[in-house]
Amino acid sequence: MRILVCVKRVPLTGGRMVLTADEQAIETRHLGFTISPHEECGVEEAVRIVEQHGGETTVLTLGPPEAEEQLRDTLAMGADRGLLLAADGEEWDPQATAAAILAAIEDEQAAGGDFDLIVFGNESADSGNFQVGIRVAHALERPVATGLKGLTVEDGQVRCEREVTGGRDIYLLPLPAVVTVLEGINLPRYPSVPAKLRARQKAIEKRAPERPDSRLEKLRLVVPPGQGKQAEILGEGADAAPAVVGVMRDLGVA
Amino acid sequence: MTVVVLVEQLEGEVDELSLQALALARELAGGDPLTALLVGDGGSEASAQLGAHGVATALAAEDERLAAYAPGAWARSVTDAIERTGASAVVAAGTERGNEVLSHVAARLDLPFAANCTAIGEGPEPLTVTRVRWGGSLLEEARVHGSPALLSVAPHMVAAATVNGADAPAVEAFAPGLADDDLLVRVSEHVDAVTSGISLAEAKVVVSGGRGVGSADGFRMLEELAELLHAAVGCSRVVTSAGWRPHTDQVGQTGTKVSPDLYIACGISGATQHIAGCKGAKKILAINKDAEAPILASADYAVIGDLQEIVPAITAELRKGRT
Repeated sequence: MRILVCVKRVPLTGGRMVLTADEQAIETRHLGFTISPHEECGVEEAVRIVEQHGGETTVLTLGPPEAEEQLRDTLAMGADRGLLLAADGEEWDPQATAAAILAAIEDEQAAGGDFDLIVFGNESADSGNFQVGIRVAHALERPVATGLKGLTVEDGQVRCEREVTGGRDIYLLPLPAVVTVLEGINLPRYPSVPAKLRARQKAIEKRAPERPDSRLEKLRLVVPPGQGKQAEILGEGADAAPAVVGVMRDLGVA
Repeated sequence: MTVVVLVEQLEGEVDELSLQALALARELAGGDPLTALLVGDGGSEASAQLGAHGVATALAAEDERLAAYAPGAWARSVTDAIERTGASAVVAAGTERGNEVLSHVAARLDLPFAANCTAIGEGPEPLTVTRVRWGGSLLEEARVHGSPALLSVAPHMVAAATVNGADAPAVEAFAPGLADDDLLVRVSEHVDAVTSGISLAEAKVVVSGGRGVGSADGFRMLEELAELLHAAVGCSRVVTSAGWRPHTDQVGQTGTKVSPDLYIACGISGATQHIAGCKGAKKILAINKDAEAPILASADYAVIGDLQEIVPAITAELRKGRT
Protein backbone atom coordinates (compact mmCIF):
# COMPACT_ATOMS: atom_id res chain seq x y z
CA MET A 1 0.00 0.00 0.00
CA ARG A 2 1.29 3.42 -0.94
CA ILE A 3 -0.65 6.03 1.00
CA LEU A 4 -0.65 9.82 0.71
CA VAL A 5 -1.91 11.96 3.59
CA CYS A 6 -2.55 15.67 3.01
CA VAL A 7 -2.17 17.97 6.04
CA LYS A 8 -2.35 21.69 6.77
CA ARG A 9 -0.31 23.81 9.17
CA VAL A 10 -2.62 25.77 11.49
CA PRO A 11 -1.99 27.89 14.59
CA LEU A 12 -2.72 26.63 18.11
CA THR A 13 -5.22 29.35 18.88
CA GLY A 14 -5.75 28.95 22.62
CA GLY A 15 -8.44 31.02 24.29
CA ARG A 16 -9.04 33.94 21.94
CA MET A 17 -8.48 34.99 18.36
CA VAL A 18 -6.57 38.20 17.56
CA LEU A 19 -6.34 39.38 13.96
CA THR A 20 -3.49 41.12 12.14
CA ALA A 21 -4.04 44.82 11.39
CA ASP A 22 -5.02 44.11 7.76
CA GLU A 23 -7.69 41.60 8.93
CA GLN A 24 -6.31 38.96 6.56
CA ALA A 25 -4.99 36.47 9.12
CA ILE A 26 -4.81 35.49 12.78
CA GLU A 27 -1.96 37.19 14.63
CA THR A 28 0.37 34.24 15.19
CA ARG A 29 3.49 35.93 16.59
CA HIS A 30 2.94 34.38 20.00
CA LEU A 31 1.36 31.11 18.87
CA GLY A 32 2.66 27.62 18.20
CA PHE A 33 1.56 25.57 15.22
CA THR A 34 0.12 22.13 14.62
CA ILE A 35 -1.91 20.29 11.98
CA SER A 36 -5.69 19.99 11.97
CA PRO A 37 -6.90 17.31 14.45
CA HIS A 38 -8.69 15.27 11.77
CA GLU A 39 -5.47 15.14 9.75
CA GLU A 40 -3.39 13.99 12.71
CA CYS A 41 -5.74 11.01 12.90
CA GLY A 42 -5.36 10.58 9.13
CA VAL A 43 -1.59 10.25 9.53
CA GLU A 44 -2.02 7.75 12.37
CA GLU A 45 -4.49 5.72 10.31
CA ALA A 46 -2.12 5.59 7.33
CA VAL A 47 0.82 4.53 9.49
CA ARG A 48 -1.28 1.75 11.05
CA ILE A 49 -2.42 0.47 7.64
CA VAL A 50 1.20 0.38 6.44
CA GLU A 51 2.28 -1.37 9.66
CA GLN A 52 -0.35 -4.02 8.94
CA HIS A 53 -0.12 -4.38 5.16
CA GLY A 54 3.35 -3.05 4.34
CA GLY A 55 4.06 -0.13 2.02
CA GLU A 56 4.88 3.50 2.52
CA THR A 57 3.21 6.65 3.83
CA THR A 58 3.92 10.01 2.21
CA VAL A 59 2.69 13.21 3.87
CA LEU A 60 2.06 16.29 1.74
CA THR A 61 1.47 19.86 2.83
CA LEU A 62 0.82 23.08 0.95
CA GLY A 63 1.97 25.94 3.12
CA PRO A 64 4.74 28.33 4.07
CA PRO A 65 8.32 26.98 4.21
CA GLU A 66 7.90 26.72 8.01
CA ALA A 67 5.36 23.93 7.43
CA GLU A 68 8.40 21.64 7.19
CA GLU A 69 8.12 21.55 11.00
CA GLN A 70 4.66 19.93 10.74
CA LEU A 71 5.93 17.43 8.15
CA ARG A 72 8.73 16.45 10.58
CA ASP A 73 6.09 15.90 13.28
CA THR A 74 4.22 13.47 11.02
CA LEU A 75 7.46 11.71 10.07
CA ALA A 76 8.05 11.23 13.81
CA MET A 77 4.62 9.56 13.99
CA GLY A 78 5.87 6.99 11.49
CA ALA A 79 5.29 8.46 8.03
CA ASP A 80 8.12 7.68 5.62
CA ARG A 81 8.60 10.77 3.50
CA GLY A 82 7.39 14.34 3.19
CA LEU A 83 6.37 16.52 0.29
CA LEU A 84 6.36 20.27 0.90
CA LEU A 85 4.54 22.44 -1.61
CA ALA A 86 6.12 25.68 -0.48
CA ALA A 87 3.79 28.60 -1.05
CA ASP A 88 3.81 32.31 -0.42
CA GLY A 89 2.27 33.39 2.86
CA GLU A 90 -1.07 34.06 1.15
CA GLU A 91 -4.06 31.80 1.60
CA TRP A 92 -4.91 29.38 -1.22
CA ASP A 93 -8.59 28.85 -1.88
CA PRO A 94 -9.93 25.25 -2.07
CA GLN A 95 -9.81 25.04 -5.87
CA ALA A 96 -6.21 26.28 -6.01
CA THR A 97 -5.25 23.94 -3.16
CA ALA A 98 -6.81 20.93 -4.89
CA ALA A 99 -5.09 21.83 -8.19
CA ALA A 100 -1.67 22.06 -6.51
CA ILE A 101 -2.16 18.72 -4.75
CA LEU A 102 -3.34 17.14 -8.01
CA ALA A 103 -0.25 18.40 -9.86
CA ALA A 104 1.98 16.92 -7.15
CA ILE A 105 0.18 13.56 -7.38
CA GLU A 106 0.54 13.58 -11.17
CA ASP A 107 4.27 14.25 -10.79
CA GLU A 108 4.49 11.22 -8.50
CA GLN A 109 2.53 9.12 -10.99
CA ALA A 110 4.84 10.21 -13.81
CA ALA A 111 7.79 9.11 -11.69
CA GLY A 112 6.16 5.68 -11.34
CA GLY A 113 4.84 6.11 -7.81
CA ASP A 114 1.05 6.17 -7.68
CA PHE A 115 -0.95 6.09 -4.44
CA ASP A 116 -3.45 3.35 -3.54
CA LEU A 117 -5.11 5.49 -0.90
CA ILE A 118 -5.20 9.27 -0.48
CA VAL A 119 -6.27 10.52 2.96
CA PHE A 120 -7.53 13.98 3.93
CA GLY A 121 -9.05 15.42 7.08
CA ASN A 122 -12.79 15.96 6.65
CA GLU A 123 -12.26 19.72 6.92
CA SER A 124 -9.36 21.92 7.95
CA ALA A 125 -9.49 23.40 11.44
CA ASP A 126 -9.07 26.96 10.18
CA SER A 127 -10.89 27.56 6.89
CA GLY A 128 -13.32 24.59 7.11
CA ASN A 129 -14.08 24.33 3.38
CA PHE A 130 -15.01 20.59 3.38
CA GLN A 131 -14.13 20.13 -0.31
CA VAL A 132 -10.43 19.71 -1.20
CA GLY A 133 -10.46 15.91 -0.92
CA ILE A 134 -13.57 15.61 -3.07
CA ARG A 135 -12.09 17.92 -5.72
CA VAL A 136 -8.87 15.87 -5.88
CA ALA A 137 -10.84 12.60 -6.11
CA HIS A 138 -12.98 14.00 -8.91
CA ALA A 139 -9.94 15.13 -10.91
CA LEU A 140 -8.33 11.70 -10.48
CA GLU A 141 -11.66 9.97 -11.29
CA ARG A 142 -11.44 7.99 -8.07
CA PRO A 143 -14.18 7.08 -5.57
CA VAL A 144 -14.31 9.17 -2.39
CA ALA A 145 -16.04 8.71 0.98
CA THR A 146 -16.02 11.48 3.59
CA GLY A 147 -16.39 12.01 7.34
CA LEU A 148 -15.13 8.55 8.27
CA LYS A 149 -14.76 7.09 11.76
CA GLY A 150 -13.63 3.65 10.62
CA LEU A 151 -11.38 2.39 7.83
CA THR A 152 -10.41 -1.20 6.96
CA VAL A 153 -8.31 -2.18 3.94
CA GLU A 154 -9.18 -5.65 2.68
CA ASP A 155 -8.98 -7.49 -0.67
CA GLY A 156 -8.36 -4.53 -2.93
CA GLN A 157 -11.04 -2.40 -1.34
CA VAL A 158 -11.49 -0.14 1.63
CA ARG A 159 -14.43 -0.52 4.02
CA CYS A 160 -15.48 2.92 5.26
CA GLU A 161 -17.64 3.63 8.32
CA ARG A 162 -19.47 6.91 8.80
CA GLU A 163 -21.42 7.79 11.94
CA VAL A 164 -25.03 8.73 11.31
CA THR A 165 -28.05 9.05 13.60
CA GLY A 166 -28.64 5.66 15.17
CA GLY A 167 -25.48 3.93 14.00
CA ARG A 168 -22.98 3.71 11.19
CA ASP A 169 -23.30 3.69 7.39
CA ILE A 170 -20.86 1.44 5.52
CA TYR A 171 -19.35 2.29 2.13
CA LEU A 172 -17.16 -0.16 0.19
CA LEU A 173 -14.72 1.58 -2.15
CA PRO A 174 -12.51 -0.17 -4.69
CA LEU A 175 -8.86 0.89 -4.51
CA PRO A 176 -7.35 3.25 -5.53
CA ALA A 177 -9.60 5.57 -3.54
CA VAL A 178 -9.75 8.84 -1.63
CA VAL A 179 -11.06 9.15 1.94
CA THR A 180 -11.58 11.97 4.42
CA VAL A 181 -11.46 11.12 8.12
CA LEU A 182 -12.65 12.56 11.43
CA GLU A 183 -10.90 12.83 14.78
CA GLY A 184 -11.86 9.82 16.90
CA ILE A 185 -11.15 7.26 14.16
CA ASN A 186 -8.10 6.42 16.30
CA LEU A 187 -6.02 7.85 19.11
CA PRO A 188 -2.82 9.22 17.52
CA ARG A 189 0.45 8.15 19.13
CA TYR A 190 2.87 10.47 20.86
CA PRO A 191 6.17 10.10 18.99
CA SER A 192 9.05 8.71 21.08
CA VAL A 193 12.36 10.56 21.28
CA PRO A 194 14.12 7.99 19.02
CA ALA A 195 11.24 8.37 16.51
CA LYS A 196 11.76 12.14 16.54
CA LEU A 197 15.49 11.67 15.93
CA ARG A 198 14.83 9.26 13.05
CA ALA A 199 12.39 11.78 11.56
CA ARG A 200 15.26 14.25 11.15
CA GLN A 201 16.93 11.86 8.72
CA LYS A 202 13.87 11.24 6.54
CA ALA A 203 13.53 12.86 3.13
CA ILE A 204 11.40 15.95 2.51
CA GLU A 205 11.09 16.95 -1.12
CA LYS A 206 10.17 20.52 -1.94
CA ARG A 207 8.30 22.09 -4.80
CA ALA A 208 7.02 25.61 -5.31
CA PRO A 209 3.71 25.81 -7.18
CA GLU A 210 2.32 29.14 -8.41
CA ARG A 211 -0.81 30.43 -6.73
CA PRO A 212 -3.69 31.21 -9.11
CA ASP A 213 -6.33 33.87 -8.37
CA SER A 214 -8.86 32.86 -5.74
CA ARG A 215 -12.38 32.09 -6.89
CA LEU A 216 -13.53 31.92 -3.28
CA GLU A 217 -11.83 35.21 -2.49
CA LYS A 218 -11.21 36.06 1.15
CA LEU A 219 -12.00 39.75 1.69
CA ARG A 220 -11.46 40.00 5.41
CA LEU A 221 -11.74 38.10 8.67
CA VAL A 222 -14.00 39.19 11.50
CA VAL A 223 -13.94 38.19 15.16
CA PRO A 224 -17.62 37.56 15.95
CA PRO A 225 -19.05 39.78 18.65
CA GLY A 226 -18.56 38.03 22.01
CA GLN A 227 -21.58 36.80 23.88
CA GLY A 228 -20.87 39.75 26.14
CA LYS A 229 -20.88 37.51 29.15
CA GLN A 230 -19.38 38.36 32.47
CA ALA A 231 -19.63 35.24 34.58
CA GLU A 232 -21.43 35.73 37.88
CA ILE A 233 -19.07 34.44 40.55
CA LEU A 234 -21.12 32.15 42.81
CA GLY A 235 -18.33 31.81 45.35
CA GLU A 236 -14.97 30.24 46.07
CA GLY A 237 -14.28 26.62 46.92
CA ALA A 238 -16.66 24.11 48.49
CA ASP A 239 -18.58 26.90 50.28
CA ALA A 240 -20.15 27.80 46.92
CA ALA A 241 -22.05 24.49 46.73
CA PRO A 242 -25.39 25.79 48.11
CA ALA A 243 -25.33 28.70 45.64
CA VAL A 244 -24.61 26.29 42.76
CA VAL A 245 -27.50 24.03 43.74
CA GLY A 246 -29.71 27.13 44.04
CA VAL A 247 -28.88 28.05 40.43
CA MET A 248 -29.59 24.47 39.33
CA ARG A 249 -33.01 24.58 40.97
CA ASP A 250 -33.78 27.97 39.38
CA LEU A 251 -32.89 26.49 35.97
CA GLY A 252 -35.13 23.49 36.70
CA VAL A 253 -32.36 20.93 36.25
CA ALA A 254 -32.02 19.74 39.86
CA MET B 1 -33.09 35.36 -9.22
CA THR B 2 -33.69 31.62 -9.41
CA VAL B 3 -32.40 29.84 -6.34
CA VAL B 4 -32.56 26.06 -5.91
CA VAL B 5 -32.39 24.75 -2.34
CA LEU B 6 -31.38 21.15 -1.65
CA VAL B 7 -33.84 20.10 1.07
CA GLU B 8 -33.08 17.08 3.25
CA GLN B 9 -35.94 15.05 4.67
CA LEU B 10 -36.42 11.79 6.49
CA GLU B 11 -39.58 9.77 5.85
CA GLY B 12 -41.43 12.84 4.67
CA GLU B 13 -40.30 15.11 7.54
CA VAL B 14 -38.14 18.10 6.51
CA ASP B 15 -34.90 18.55 8.45
CA GLU B 16 -34.83 21.69 10.61
CA LEU B 17 -31.42 22.70 9.18
CA SER B 18 -32.92 22.71 5.67
CA LEU B 19 -35.60 25.15 6.88
CA GLN B 20 -32.78 27.40 8.11
CA ALA B 21 -31.11 27.11 4.69
CA LEU B 22 -34.40 28.16 3.06
CA ALA B 23 -34.43 31.32 5.20
CA LEU B 24 -31.00 32.45 3.93
CA ALA B 25 -31.91 31.39 0.39
CA ARG B 26 -34.96 33.68 0.48
CA GLU B 27 -32.71 36.60 1.30
CA LEU B 28 -30.44 35.65 -1.60
CA ALA B 29 -33.42 35.33 -3.97
CA GLY B 30 -34.51 38.85 -3.07
CA GLY B 31 -38.12 37.90 -2.57
CA ASP B 32 -38.45 35.67 -5.62
CA PRO B 33 -40.09 32.30 -4.89
CA LEU B 34 -37.70 29.43 -4.25
CA THR B 35 -37.32 26.08 -5.96
CA ALA B 36 -36.71 23.14 -3.61
CA LEU B 37 -34.94 19.95 -4.68
CA LEU B 38 -35.79 16.79 -2.75
CA VAL B 39 -33.95 13.57 -3.53
CA GLY B 40 -35.40 10.10 -3.14
CA ASP B 41 -38.40 8.56 -1.35
CA GLY B 42 -40.65 10.84 0.64
CA GLY B 43 -39.64 13.96 -1.29
CA SER B 44 -43.08 14.77 -2.70
CA GLU B 45 -44.76 14.27 0.72
CA ALA B 46 -42.20 16.46 2.47
CA SER B 47 -42.60 19.25 -0.08
CA ALA B 48 -46.09 20.07 1.24
CA GLN B 49 -44.43 21.64 4.32
CA LEU B 50 -42.30 23.98 2.22
CA GLY B 51 -44.86 26.50 0.96
CA ALA B 52 -44.75 28.21 4.33
CA HIS B 53 -41.00 28.65 3.84
CA GLY B 54 -41.20 30.46 0.53
CA VAL B 55 -41.01 27.52 -1.87
CA ALA B 56 -43.21 27.75 -4.99
CA THR B 57 -41.88 24.75 -6.88
CA ALA B 58 -40.58 21.44 -5.57
CA LEU B 59 -38.46 19.25 -7.82
CA ALA B 60 -38.60 15.64 -6.69
CA ALA B 61 -35.70 13.56 -8.00
CA GLU B 62 -37.05 10.02 -8.20
CA ASP B 63 -35.30 6.78 -9.05
CA GLU B 64 -35.34 3.49 -7.14
CA ARG B 65 -31.50 3.64 -7.12
CA LEU B 66 -31.75 6.72 -4.87
CA ALA B 67 -33.04 4.57 -1.98
CA ALA B 68 -29.55 4.21 -0.50
CA TYR B 69 -27.61 7.48 -0.10
CA ALA B 70 -25.00 7.97 -2.84
CA PRO B 71 -23.28 11.39 -2.89
CA GLY B 72 -22.59 11.17 -6.63
CA ALA B 73 -26.26 10.45 -7.39
CA TRP B 74 -27.33 13.41 -5.25
CA ALA B 75 -24.80 15.60 -7.06
CA ARG B 76 -26.25 14.45 -10.40
CA SER B 77 -29.73 15.38 -9.16
CA VAL B 78 -28.42 18.87 -8.31
CA THR B 79 -26.66 19.43 -11.65
CA ASP B 80 -29.79 18.23 -13.47
CA ALA B 81 -31.90 20.65 -11.39
CA ILE B 82 -29.53 23.49 -12.33
CA GLU B 83 -30.05 22.67 -15.99
CA ARG B 84 -33.84 22.42 -15.65
CA THR B 85 -34.17 25.75 -13.84
CA GLY B 86 -31.21 27.82 -15.08
CA ALA B 87 -30.51 28.52 -11.40
CA SER B 88 -28.20 31.40 -10.42
CA ALA B 89 -27.50 29.81 -7.04
CA VAL B 90 -27.80 26.50 -5.22
CA VAL B 91 -28.12 26.49 -1.43
CA ALA B 92 -27.94 23.52 0.96
CA ALA B 93 -27.82 23.09 4.73
CA GLY B 94 -24.27 22.85 6.09
CA THR B 95 -24.82 19.25 7.14
CA GLU B 96 -22.47 16.36 6.37
CA ARG B 97 -24.58 15.59 3.32
CA GLY B 98 -25.13 19.19 2.24
CA ASN B 99 -21.43 20.01 2.29
CA GLU B 100 -20.51 16.70 0.68
CA VAL B 101 -23.02 16.95 -2.16
CA LEU B 102 -22.23 20.59 -2.99
CA SER B 103 -18.49 19.77 -2.97
CA HIS B 104 -19.19 17.11 -5.60
CA VAL B 105 -21.28 19.57 -7.61
CA ALA B 106 -18.51 22.19 -7.35
CA ALA B 107 -15.89 19.69 -8.51
CA ARG B 108 -18.04 18.56 -11.45
CA LEU B 109 -18.87 22.08 -12.62
CA ASP B 110 -15.46 23.54 -11.70
CA LEU B 111 -17.11 26.21 -9.53
CA PRO B 112 -16.22 27.71 -6.16
CA PHE B 113 -18.27 26.52 -3.15
CA ALA B 114 -18.68 28.59 0.01
CA ALA B 115 -19.38 26.23 2.92
CA ASN B 116 -21.20 27.21 6.12
CA CYS B 117 -22.40 30.71 5.30
CA THR B 118 -24.19 32.86 7.87
CA ALA B 119 -25.14 35.92 5.80
CA ILE B 120 -25.40 37.30 2.28
CA GLY B 121 -23.57 40.55 1.51
CA GLU B 122 -25.12 43.60 -0.07
CA GLY B 123 -24.16 44.99 -3.42
CA PRO B 124 -23.87 43.88 -7.02
CA GLU B 125 -22.29 40.75 -8.51
CA PRO B 126 -20.12 38.92 -7.77
CA LEU B 127 -21.88 37.68 -4.66
CA THR B 128 -20.33 38.24 -1.25
CA VAL B 129 -21.03 36.05 1.78
CA THR B 130 -20.07 35.76 5.42
CA ARG B 131 -18.97 32.27 6.37
CA VAL B 132 -17.83 30.38 9.43
CA ARG B 133 -14.20 29.57 10.19
CA TRP B 134 -12.69 27.74 13.15
CA GLY B 135 -16.04 26.15 14.02
CA GLY B 136 -17.58 29.60 14.56
CA SER B 137 -14.75 31.27 16.51
CA LEU B 138 -14.01 33.43 13.48
CA LEU B 139 -15.98 34.70 10.49
CA GLU B 140 -14.80 35.39 6.95
CA GLU B 141 -16.23 37.75 4.38
CA ALA B 142 -15.64 36.27 0.96
CA ARG B 143 -16.49 36.91 -2.68
CA VAL B 144 -17.74 33.99 -4.78
CA HIS B 145 -16.47 34.19 -8.37
CA GLY B 146 -18.69 31.80 -10.31
CA SER B 147 -22.25 31.08 -11.37
CA PRO B 148 -24.33 29.38 -10.24
CA ALA B 149 -23.12 30.32 -6.76
CA LEU B 150 -22.89 27.26 -4.49
CA LEU B 151 -23.49 27.92 -0.79
CA SER B 152 -24.22 25.90 2.31
CA VAL B 153 -25.73 27.48 5.41
CA ALA B 154 -24.03 27.06 8.81
CA PRO B 155 -26.24 25.08 11.23
CA HIS B 156 -28.06 27.10 13.92
CA MET B 157 -26.74 30.48 12.75
CA VAL B 158 -29.81 31.54 10.74
CA ALA B 159 -33.36 31.26 12.10
CA ALA B 160 -35.99 29.43 10.02
CA ALA B 161 -38.82 31.77 9.05
CA THR B 162 -42.30 31.28 7.63
CA VAL B 163 -44.32 33.40 5.20
CA ASN B 164 -48.07 34.01 5.47
CA GLY B 165 -50.74 32.49 3.30
CA ALA B 166 -48.49 30.38 1.15
CA ASP B 167 -49.87 27.42 -0.78
CA ALA B 168 -48.18 24.04 -0.98
CA PRO B 169 -45.63 24.12 -3.80
CA ALA B 170 -46.24 22.62 -7.21
CA VAL B 171 -44.42 19.29 -7.38
CA GLU B 172 -42.45 18.35 -10.49
CA ALA B 173 -41.08 14.82 -10.36
CA PHE B 174 -38.11 14.04 -12.59
CA ALA B 175 -35.69 11.17 -13.10
CA PRO B 176 -32.09 12.35 -12.78
CA GLY B 177 -29.77 11.05 -15.50
CA LEU B 178 -27.82 8.75 -13.21
CA ALA B 179 -24.63 7.22 -14.60
CA ASP B 180 -23.03 4.08 -13.14
CA ASP B 181 -20.18 6.20 -11.74
CA ASP B 182 -22.71 8.26 -9.76
CA LEU B 183 -23.67 5.09 -7.84
CA LEU B 184 -20.21 3.61 -7.27
CA VAL B 185 -19.97 5.15 -3.80
CA ARG B 186 -23.16 4.43 -1.89
CA VAL B 187 -24.31 3.20 1.50
CA SER B 188 -24.15 -0.57 1.23
CA GLU B 189 -25.00 -1.43 4.81
CA HIS B 190 -26.18 0.22 8.04
CA VAL B 191 -24.97 -0.95 11.44
CA ASP B 192 -27.11 0.04 14.43
CA ALA B 193 -25.29 1.64 17.33
CA VAL B 194 -25.38 0.05 20.75
CA THR B 195 -26.32 3.01 22.91
CA SER B 196 -26.32 3.24 26.64
CA GLY B 197 -26.97 6.09 29.00
CA ILE B 198 -27.87 9.66 28.09
CA SER B 199 -26.72 10.95 24.72
CA LEU B 200 -24.32 13.89 24.89
CA ALA B 201 -25.98 15.72 22.01
CA GLU B 202 -29.44 15.52 23.59
CA ALA B 203 -28.71 15.78 27.33
CA LYS B 204 -30.39 18.58 29.32
CA VAL B 205 -27.33 18.83 31.54
CA VAL B 206 -23.72 18.05 30.66
CA VAL B 207 -20.99 17.67 33.29
CA SER B 208 -17.74 18.14 31.42
CA GLY B 209 -14.12 17.83 32.50
CA GLY B 210 -10.82 19.16 31.20
CA ARG B 211 -7.14 19.00 32.00
CA GLY B 212 -7.91 20.17 35.54
CA VAL B 213 -9.62 16.88 36.34
CA GLY B 214 -6.10 15.44 36.40
CA SER B 215 -6.65 11.79 35.45
CA ALA B 216 -9.06 9.22 34.09
CA ASP B 217 -9.94 8.31 37.70
CA GLY B 218 -10.70 11.95 38.40
CA PHE B 219 -13.79 11.65 36.22
CA ARG B 220 -15.48 9.42 38.83
CA MET B 221 -16.63 12.42 40.82
CA LEU B 222 -17.99 14.00 37.63
CA GLU B 223 -19.89 10.80 36.84
CA GLU B 224 -21.35 10.79 40.33
CA LEU B 225 -22.62 14.35 39.94
CA ALA B 226 -23.90 13.58 36.44
CA GLU B 227 -25.91 10.63 37.71
CA LEU B 228 -27.73 12.81 40.24
CA LEU B 229 -28.57 15.37 37.53
CA HIS B 230 -29.47 12.77 34.85
CA ALA B 231 -26.66 14.42 32.90
CA ALA B 232 -24.24 13.20 30.28
CA VAL B 233 -20.49 13.36 30.93
CA GLY B 234 -18.40 15.29 28.43
CA CYS B 235 -14.78 16.36 28.19
CA SER B 236 -12.31 18.58 26.33
CA ARG B 237 -9.90 17.56 23.57
CA VAL B 238 -6.93 17.44 25.97
CA VAL B 239 -8.73 14.67 27.85
CA THR B 240 -9.40 12.48 24.80
CA SER B 241 -5.85 13.03 23.49
CA ALA B 242 -4.54 11.80 26.85
CA GLY B 243 -6.77 8.72 26.57
CA TRP B 244 -8.68 9.48 29.79
CA ARG B 245 -12.05 9.40 28.00
CA PRO B 246 -13.23 8.07 24.63
CA HIS B 247 -13.56 10.52 21.73
CA THR B 248 -17.35 10.03 21.80
CA ASP B 249 -17.32 12.11 25.02
CA GLN B 250 -15.46 15.04 23.45
CA VAL B 251 -17.27 18.36 23.23
CA GLY B 252 -15.71 20.73 20.72
CA GLN B 253 -14.99 21.77 17.15
CA THR B 254 -13.81 18.26 16.28
CA GLY B 255 -16.11 16.50 18.73
CA THR B 256 -19.82 16.75 19.60
CA LYS B 257 -21.70 20.07 19.56
CA VAL B 258 -23.99 20.21 22.59
CA SER B 259 -26.95 22.44 23.51
CA PRO B 260 -28.03 21.54 27.08
CA ASP B 261 -29.90 23.80 29.49
CA LEU B 262 -26.81 23.75 31.72
CA TYR B 263 -23.20 22.97 30.81
CA ILE B 264 -20.86 22.49 33.75
CA ALA B 265 -17.23 22.98 32.69
CA CYS B 266 -14.90 21.54 35.33
CA GLY B 267 -11.22 22.37 34.96
CA ILE B 268 -11.65 23.44 31.33
CA SER B 269 -9.62 26.50 30.33
CA GLY B 270 -11.89 27.45 27.42
CA ALA B 271 -9.86 27.08 24.24
CA THR B 272 -11.74 28.18 21.11
CA GLN B 273 -11.76 24.53 19.98
CA HIS B 274 -13.86 23.71 23.08
CA ILE B 275 -16.13 26.77 23.06
CA ALA B 276 -17.12 25.91 19.46
CA GLY B 277 -18.75 22.77 20.89
CA CYS B 278 -20.54 24.17 23.96
CA LYS B 279 -21.59 27.69 23.00
CA GLY B 280 -25.05 26.31 22.15
CA ALA B 281 -25.70 25.72 25.88
CA LYS B 282 -28.35 27.95 27.47
CA LYS B 283 -26.20 28.44 30.57
CA ILE B 284 -22.58 27.62 31.30
CA LEU B 285 -21.18 27.13 34.80
CA ALA B 286 -17.39 27.17 35.00
CA ILE B 287 -15.56 25.56 37.90
CA ASN B 288 -11.95 26.66 37.64
CA LYS B 289 -9.05 27.46 39.91
CA ASP B 290 -8.01 30.33 37.63
CA ALA B 291 -10.26 33.38 37.83
CA GLU B 292 -8.59 34.67 34.62
CA ALA B 293 -9.29 31.53 32.52
CA PRO B 294 -10.81 32.28 29.08
CA ILE B 295 -13.81 30.03 29.90
CA LEU B 296 -15.09 32.78 32.23
CA ALA B 297 -15.67 35.03 29.21
CA SER B 298 -18.11 32.44 27.84
CA ALA B 299 -19.66 31.36 31.16
CA ASP B 300 -22.77 32.65 32.94
CA TYR B 301 -21.73 31.44 36.38
CA ALA B 302 -18.40 30.55 37.92
CA VAL B 303 -17.01 29.00 41.05
CA ILE B 304 -13.34 29.68 41.67
CA GLY B 305 -11.30 27.02 43.39
CA ASP B 306 -10.23 23.37 43.43
CA LEU B 307 -12.74 21.23 41.55
CA GLN B 308 -11.67 18.21 43.65
CA GLU B 309 -13.35 19.94 46.60
CA ILE B 310 -16.12 21.80 44.81
CA VAL B 311 -17.62 18.95 42.74
CA PRO B 312 -18.08 16.56 45.72
CA ALA B 313 -19.51 19.45 47.74
CA ILE B 314 -22.14 20.11 45.05
CA THR B 315 -22.97 16.39 44.94
CA ALA B 316 -23.35 16.32 48.71
CA GLU B 317 -25.51 19.46 48.69
CA LEU B 318 -27.81 17.94 46.04
CA ARG B 319 -28.15 14.71 48.05
CA LYS B 320 -28.91 16.69 51.21
CA GLY B 321 -31.86 18.32 49.49
CA ARG B 322 -33.27 14.95 48.49
CA THR B 323 -33.25 13.07 51.78
